[in-house]
Amino acid sequence: MEPEPNVPLNNQSLANSNRHQHKWKDPLFLDCGIRFEQQFSDFNQSSEAQTSFSCNSTKPNQRIGAQENQMNEGQESSKIQDWDPRTMLNNLSFLEKKIHQLQDLVRVIDRRRDQDTGRPDELMFQQQLITADLTSTIVQLISTAGSLLPSVKHNLSSVSSVEQFGGTTNSSGEVFGDVVIQQNNPISKTENQSNQTPIDLTGYTGVEQNSITEDLELKIDDDADEGEILPPGSYEILQLEKEEILALHTHFCTICGKGFKRDANLRMHMRGHGDEYKTPAALAKPDKETSSEPILIKRYSCPYVGCKRNKDHKKFQPLKSILCVKNHYKRTHCDKTYSCIRCNTKKFSVIADLKTHEKHCGREKWLCSCGTTFSRKDKLFGHIALFQGHTPAIPVDEFKGSALPSDQGQKCEAANNVDLINFESNAMDAKGSGDDPTSYFTPITFGPSIVGGFNEFPRPPSEDAESSLSFLLSGRFDYSPKSGRFAGLNDTSV
Amino acid sequence: MKKQKSMTEPIFNRFDLLSDEIVFLILDFLNDDPLDKKSFSLVCKSFHAIESRHRKILKPLRSEHLAKVLIRFPFISYLDLSLCPRITDSSLGVISGNLVEIDLSNATDLKDLAAASIAEAKNLEKLWLVRCKSITDIGIGCIAVGCRKLKLLSLKWCFGVGDLGVGLIAVKCKEIRSLDLSYLPITNKCLLQVLELQHLEDLVLEGCFGIDDDSLTALKQGCTSLETLDMSSCQNVSHVGLSSLTSAAGCLRHLSLSYGSRVDLALADSLQKLSLLQSIKLDGSQVTCSGLKAIGNWCASLTELSLSKCSGVTDEGLSSLVTKRVDLRKLDVTCCRTITCASVAHITNSCTSLTSLRMESCTTVSAEAFVLIGQRCQFLEELDLTENNIDDEGLKSISRCSQLASLKLGICPNITDKGLIHIGICCSKLKELDLYRSAGITDLSILAIARGCTVIETINIAYCKNITDRSLVSLSKCSKLNTLESRGCPLITSFGLSAVAMGCKQLTKLDIKNCQNIDDTGMIPLAHFSQNLRQINLSYTSVTDVGLLSLASVSCLQIMTVLHLEGLTPSGLAAALLACGGLTKVKLQASFKALLPPTIIEHLESRGCVFQWRDKVFQTDRLRSKILETTVGRGGMKQFHDMV
Repeated sequence: MEPEPNVPLNNQSLANSNRHQHKWKDPLFLDCGIRFEQQFSDFNQSSEAQTSFSCNSTKPNQRIGAQENQMNEGQESSKIQDWDPRTMLNNLSFLEKKIHQLQDLVRVIDRRRDQDTGRPDELMFQQQLITADLTSTIVQLISTAGSLLPSVKHNLSSVSSVEQFGGTTNSSGEVFGDVVIQQNNPISKTENQSNQTPIDLTGYTGVEQNSITEDLELKIDDDADEGEILPPGSYEILQLEKEEILALHTHFCTICGKGFKRDANLRMHMRGHGDEYKTPAALAKPDKETSSEPILIKRYSCPYVGCKRNKDHKKFQPLKSILCVKNHYKRTHCDKTYSCIRCNTKKFSVIADLKTHEKHCGREKWLCSCGTTFSRKDKLFGHIALFQGHTPAIPVDEFKGSALPSDQGQKCEAANNVDLINFESNAMDAKGSGDDPTSYFTPITFGPSIVGGFNEFPRPPSEDAESSLSFLLSGRFDYSPKSGRFAGLNDTSV
Repeated sequence: MKKQKSMTEPIFNRFDLLSDEIVFLILDFLNDDPLDKKSFSLVCKSFHAIESRHRKILKPLRSEHLAKVLIRFPFISYLDLSLCPRITDSSLGVISGNLVEIDLSNATDLKDLAAASIAEAKNLEKLWLVRCKSITDIGIGCIAVGCRKLKLLSLKWCFGVGDLGVGLIAVKCKEIRSLDLSYLPITNKCLLQVLELQHLEDLVLEGCFGIDDDSLTALKQGCTSLETLDMSSCQNVSHVGLSSLTSAAGCLRHLSLSYGSRVDLALADSLQKLSLLQSIKLDGSQVTCSGLKAIGNWCASLTELSLSKCSGVTDEGLSSLVTKRVDLRKLDVTCCRTITCASVAHITNSCTSLTSLRMESCTTVSAEAFVLIGQRCQFLEELDLTENNIDDEGLKSISRCSQLASLKLGICPNITDKGLIHIGICCSKLKELDLYRSAGITDLSILAIARGCTVIETINIAYCKNITDRSLVSLSKCSKLNTLESRGCPLITSFGLSAVAMGCKQLTKLDIKNCQNIDDTGMIPLAHFSQNLRQINLSYTSVTDVGLLSLASVSCLQIMTVLHLEGLTPSGLAAALLACGGLTKVKLQASFKALLPPTIIEHLESRGCVFQWRDKVFQTDRLRSKILETTVGRGGMKQFHDMV
């Protein structure tokens, strides 16, 4: 019975890591450090408690592992919030130290095994300890690396960091495989729920995504089958994976690997690979197994958990076709990468939407104070009736109109009309460059819009005052000498 | 020096002992003459400051200095800009949040930008935008979102506002009590939203041609709060729509169906459910005898009825109605030319508590009827007997109505001084007297009126040819007189006019057309004393450039009619027009259009002045009376008056 040597060992490693911790204490990551420290003091307590008990049970060890994971997780989340090369460097050095510790530990165990054969359960316990430590190190390493990938961003890493939490406690090793497998399984609902829970823990990522897509959700509904009420079970639910949905090509040549969007194109391509692909049978459209038995209707589910189109949603509404799935997924859960070059405000994730928009871009003359434009007046008024605090924005040509019948007119004789108008347009410019919040409505904005040829509000509403000002300034530099002031002058002197 | 200062200080401080609230209470009593408060504020700096804080109502004649004025009077809650000649979008940028009422009627140049400025007044409760033709749905939308506390909104003649704007008002401004949508191009769509307003009491839909029976039949419930409904000139609404409306709006008290569908039994039946109905206006409609009888039967609480210019009003129908509805307070039977003395006998017999009776152009009513009015309806406050057969006997009887405030005796050729003197002696509360073309009147009547009716405000002695300066001198004792019409009184001279100008400081409207003995010597005292003058007609007088130019010192002057002044030159006219800064409407001979420099006309128009060019040839008096004879036969006196 030699529980004692174990204790100093543990404490030693702890002291080591504590030392690292202190080294880490960089003003930048102070709160992170504090958190660590707290956790470590917990750790201390438990390990101190451990000294009084017999060390044989595996429970404390598991707890150590769990706490370490927790620590990692804390580190993870702080890193996610603001990624920084220095953090990365810190993490790496931390990992390095940890591996050294592990090395020491294994060395100690090894030495002790040489001294006496030891008990098998003790050996097993040590092995478990090392496994847990190694696992957490690997997880950390991967998540650190993962945060570097721009496309993955923090979604994956956060999922995995949470996932590992469950993974390390019950299974050893296959942390990542676990997640992937879980998601890939086209599983029934009951089965799925237990698997989904850890994913649901990724609270904040889900919320973030939802807030972005909330307004889109409304739009999506129009390609939905609102009227269709299919009793659950009367149709087959298919769920494509994200990668499949976003894949550029869906049909691939088995010989050269070239990808195609359409099946027919692939068949045309295959002809080049030999005469056997030129037979009518090979060129024919693959039959849809026209068997006499009734085919179950196919409906599709969105792979995004929490989405209304996901089959686990309470009010699940299936999507009718693969195309619907693709469009839905892109519109709702992807970045809007296609932006209109004419108005520079509208962005779309589906290229067809951009094309539709381009057809009437610039003709959307009904504006809301929130910056949303409408091609129809009644749509604008519906929007305003719906949202609190939104107001119809005055079209920019109003300002041109208001320039002439000004009070100034009274003081001036008709003869020196031009001077007056000059003065007025100057005054308008001055007003436009002012920093009051209503500068949104001020005449200066019509400078750029004349050039653009459409009455679009050039400024997105979410921008803060500073950026709006800088916009106004740049607008003035670009356009004011050419069209802003002098176009106004021409208008008014007519 | 220092000693002197310390001597004066205690005297000054005595006023400081009074708290602002006490001074405010005193100021509350200074309402009779707007100049009183001005005098008060000019006493000293502290009075000026007190007056600035006290003022709640502002009704400027010009908008140029609005920004400064609003700074001086920080507690203005009611702003009336309806008299300003030209309000531009930019002048409204100064609107502040503490305004509660704004009247922008007639500001035809206002655009949506101004509406956005109005929307800044978050506490606004009442807003009048009558005839703001350039404001569209967008502007109304801004107001709907900004002014959530609106209780009253008038959009009459805002032709740019349609279903969407009105609909948004109904969605956003839930506090609306009173809504005027007259002549708007609205349809059923927004009406349903409007009728869902919980507190709506007063709704005016005059001339809304887009509203028809369909929308009203679709109205299943709601509008239980509606008390007043005006559906005048809604040509597409018949008794079908009305009956569905009346079943939904059971609390209706006032209903106007003027110039609408025929008033027959079916329509009257649809009013049956309105047990609280107090007043009905059926002006200009075709009325049947059975319809009138049914109204008399159904409308138990009826107190006001207007049948003005209705066709088909007969003795039988009217008599049946008035004998049932003895509580009638106001009755208008203008231009009901078939009713006779019998109707008047029934009216006076049953409706003894009448306060208002208007029977202009009831030419078939004989002279005896007016004696009955005086004998039985002694609570009358308003009596319109224009173009009637009333004689001195009737007038003497009517003088018993001691509450009489308004009496119209235009074109009553049978009345003389004998009758009118009784009115002057007995009706001390008379405020308005119309003697247009009642040629039997002389100075004696006016002397009696001026002596007896000291509170008189409006008097019309046009074409009473025997009136001389003596009348005007006696009228100058009536300090409340604000309107004087003395067209075609050839004996009146500048002397009489000066007397009126000096005595009647409240004079705002003066018509001395065709008083050829009035010249520049009358204009100069007028310009000096009548600082409240807003409207003047100088046609066919002997006023020249000098007289016209002197009027420039009247800063309130807005409306001017200058036709056929022989002594007027184009340059004098131009100078006068430029000098009168507040002009909004000027009637001129068309021949001047070519003689005035176009730049001046342009400039004046940009100030908000509207020119009306008249191309009438110089008419002699005899010719004019001939025209009168032919016109008055048809349209009633009022229309003719407007025409001339």
